[in-house]
Formats: sequence, structure tokens, C-alpha cells
Amino acid sequence: MARHITAPLTPETARSLRAGESVLLSGTVYTARDAAHKRLCALVAEGKPLPFPIEGSVIYFVGPSPARPGQPIGSAGPTTSYRMDAYSPTLLALGQLGMIGKGKRSKEVIDAMVKAGAVYFGAIGGAGALLAKCGQASQLVCSEGPAPDAIRRLEVENLPLTVVIDSTGANLYETGRAAYLAWRKQEK
Amino acid sequence: MRELDAALLTETVARLCIQANLRLPEDVKERIQAARQEEDWPVARNILDNIMENYSIGGEVPICQDTGMACVFLEVGQEVHIRGDVTQAVNEGVRRGYEEGYLRKSVVRDPLDRVNTGDNTPAMITYELVPGDKVTVTVAPKGFGSENMSRIAMLKPSDGAEGVKNFIVDTVEQAGPNPCPPIVVGVGVGGTFDKCALLAKKALLRPLGQPSPLPFYQAMEAELLERINALGIGPQGFGGRTTALAVHIETLPTHIAGLPCAVNINCHVTRHMTEVI
Repeated sequence: MARHITAPLTPETARSLRAGESVLLSGTVYTARDAAHKRLCALVAEGKPLPFPIEGSVIYFVGPSPARPGQPIGSAGPTTSYRMDAYSPTLLALGQLGMIGKGKRSKEVIDAMVKAGAVYFGAIGGAGALLAKCGQASQLVCSEGPAPDAIRRLEVENLPLTVVIDSTGANLYETGRAAYLAWRKQEK
Repeated sequence: MRELDAALLTETVARLCIQANLRLPEDVKERIQAARQEEDWPVARNILDNIMENYSIGGEVPICQDTGMACVFLEVGQEVHIRGDVTQAVNEGVRRGYEEGYLRKSVVRDPLDRVNTGDNTPAMITYELVPGDKVTVTVAPKGFGSENMSRIAMLKPSDGAEGVKNFIVDTVEQAGPNPCPPIVVGVGVGGTFDKCALLAKKALLRPLGQPSPLPFYQAMEAELLERINALGIGPQGFGGRTTALAVHIETLPTHIAGLPCAVNINCHVTRHMTEVI
């Protein structure tokens, strides 16, 4: 059974999550892709305040498709996370505790996660229509440039996620594949 | 000579952009369902169920938020005269389709200054002259999560079939979870550097489950699919059998000194829609 958790995350919750665990996330997350991360890190470098409270925050790497009238959000699946690798350590050092995306992360990011006690969740890439159903409300926080690159506050309910990398550095991309291959070898 | 108004091209492209992003082709759905039956790992089965639920939602929300760069393939009959600017007509179709369909605008005007064009233009257009008086229009929106994991190699003739196969499998293994597996692997072998890459992209347009007509490459496709699905990457990279749904190889004659090989990866949302006008 999937465990219910709430964003923003408490340090205790973030540290208790384990790679491979299925969770349903409700609460407030912030959307940001490459350009938004670049802006956030520029603000940090200039010593300026960030447009949302970073402590305990969960950032969803997503550029949703435009919402139709009356809908809170359009299609909203994850984008590939490694493009945010250059920026994530800076935000993790400031207290960010969760990231939602898909795909591999760099050693630098994983080291920063272990230090911060943070967690990296995988959402199903390519399942944007399904994930959009979990979006309850969306509000623009900061926009310089076109819609996909905007930072949005997104209220979600029961967003289905898998813990890919936990705060100990355990990584489902390695353990999941190894477990399957070991089982397959045994079967043959 | 048949006369055709460019406005008809605009309407067609606009319609295809919307349809391709909202509805997955039947051949892709069937292949995903078959893979779900063959999958033996519980976590992987779960992901495939979610993927099937996602494309079944249908209707108004794009299957994937990355509604892609609009790759447009035009096979223009030599007996057709199109009145108007064809390239402008296609781009106008993309502009309308992406606006009316609430599709994401994901194109920047320059690769380094990165300013969004705001209407998903320009399209990436491939023109081909063919006999007849019809125009075949294919729109294949291409997401970049998978495009970014694609590679090309100018192999040596001595690398042979083994070299080609190893390069393809290695490309998929390096990509791992990044291109949203299960993936479709489009391969081009031969030609020149540019034509080889185009072959790989066109290989993605072939209906899934339809093997190469050439027996040698048909066997290679089957062997590669088996090798890739023994890697253990699985749906979303969480482990499992279903890493790829299909491997499609297209070939061209090449130079005595060369063996180009291009691998264009597509995710499970392998979108393409065709209409003949």
C-alpha cells in the first residue's frame, strides 16, 4: 500500500522514506524547470530572497501544457532531472527536502541530498494526463518568460510517486534493476 | 497537374498536431498491452498499468506535457501544384494546432539565447518528392526527454554487424531511465551523416510490430529487442523486462569507407498521425 505524505516535508518524514517505496503526495509543491532553476540560483548568488519558502519544499520538475478554461492545470508529467543537477545542490543546501522528476541524478546531487536529508521522487514520465488529475489548484509564483518555464505553486492531492533516491543515497535505479536481473537469473 | 491550396495544408497540419498529441496510435497501444502481458516483474506491471490508464484518459488533455517539436513529413506528389508558400503554410498549421489544442510551446528561437518563440514554430519539416498527385502529411511531435538520449556514430566498416548492434544496445543502456522507458528504438544504418540521422527518425514512424521487410534486418531487430529487454532497466528504469517496445532498423547504401549508425530514441508516447490530401 502506498504511504500518504504531505508537502512541504518535515525533516523526519524526508529521512524516513526509503528507495522503492510508493507514496501518495498531497499538499503544496513548486514547479520549476531549467530556466526557473537558473533564476532561483541567480537570486541565491545575489543574496536576494527566493519567491517561495525553500525550507522543507518539494520542487516538481515539470512544464505543464496550458490549462483549458476551468481546469487547474494541463498535462503535467515530469521532465528529465539531470538538467537540474547543476542547480539542485544550491537549493538543497538551503533546506529543500524533495524533488520530483524522472531519470538519473549526478553524484554531486546525491551527496547534497545525503547531507541535507532530502529525497528524490520519480513520477511516471509520459503519464501527464494521469498526473494532471492530481492537480487541485495552480497559481503563478514567478514568471519571466513563457509558461513552461514559470514557477507555479501547485496544490496536489494523492500524486502517485516512487522514492527513487532516499536520504541515505540508496538508489532504486540501481537496486531495482539488480533485483530484477537476480530474479531472472534464478528463474532460468 | 492537380492544384492544391496551401490553406488546406495548414488546416491538415493543425488538425494532426492536435490529434497526435491527444490520442496514441492503435499500434502503440496494442504493443504496450502485449508488453504488459509479457512482463513478469510486479513493479513493472504496475507502471505499465498506469501508462495504459494514462492513454485511456484521452479527450482533452495531452498524453504527455511535452507536446514536442513538430516534426512534419511531407511526401509531395510530382503532379501536384501547391498554391502558396508551403513552409509558411505548415508553420501556420503548427501555430494554430498548438494554440487551439492547448499544447505546450516548447521551441526556442536560438539554441543559445533560448528565447521561446511562443507558438511552437518553426516545425522541423522533411520534404520528399514522390510520384502521383497526392500529398501525404505526417505529424510526429517529438519530446526531448528521449531525443536527448539519441546518438550517432561513424563506425568503421570493420566494426560490422556486431559493432552496429553493440552501439545500439550501449545507447539504450546509457540512456537508462532518462527517456521514459519503455522506449521505441529507431535506427538508421548507412547513407551519409545527415541521411543516417533522418533514417533513424523515420524508423520511428513505422507501425509498431511491423518488422523490416529485409530478412537480415528483421532478424537483427528481433535479436536487439531481446538483448535490450534483458538489460533489466524496465519501465521507468525501476527494473523489469519491458525496456523497449520495438527496434526498427532502416538502411541506405553507404560509402566504401563508412558505416554510419544513428539511434533515435522515442518514449512510450510514440506519436504520429498521417493524412493524405
